[in-house]
Amino acid sequence: MILARVLGNVVATQKNARYSEARIMLVQPVNPDGTPRGASVLALDSVDAGEGDLVIVVQEGWSASTASTGEAGAAIDSAIVGVVDFIENHS
Amino acid sequence: MQLARVKGNVVATIKNSALQGRKLMVIQPLDGNLKASGKPLVAVDSVGAGAGELVFWCRGKEASFPFEGSEVPTDCTIIGIVDSEAHVKVIGGKA
Repeated sequence: MILARVLGNVVATQKNARYSEARIMLVQPVNPDGTPRGASVLALDSVDAGEGDLVIVVQEGWSASTASTGEAGAAIDSAIVGVVDFIENHS
Repeated sequence: MQLARVKGNVVATIKNSALQGRKLMVIQPLDGNLKASGKPLVAVDSVGAGAGELVFWCRGKEASFPFEGSEVPTDCTIIGIVDSEAHVKVIGGKA
């Protein structure tokens, strides 16, 4: 998984029926110290994350699908699976 | 699979229900010479690793296999703790 900062959400009325109820979030991958890294990506939300939250994003299809839609096989490859409170012992 | 150094714990109260009770760690992937290689990642721990330890981890759907029986959504899982740095032996001395 990677750490990312939630930038906002993407509204798409027309989307795959398997995740018609889901929220699609725009997230910026970050390093453990919070600095941005690489291009922003989209991820389905499974934990009610909000704009500005530091989150954990899983980047694998089966995990993303089961986490955010409850079953495997949805056409997604990323999902937010946790909201980070803090990181301990990081050196 | 790849070697990595455990950098710290990630504390996340709100997480996917299938991740409840699982320990999340920040890891820095390493090459065969134990030099940092690639970006730091968040891994689920399956072996009781701690900060500072040399570990190895697995990526992809297979990362959820250590938690068979519960469908843990992870693409990065710590699956072993290397006994010591001296136990990483590279033929010829360089990877």
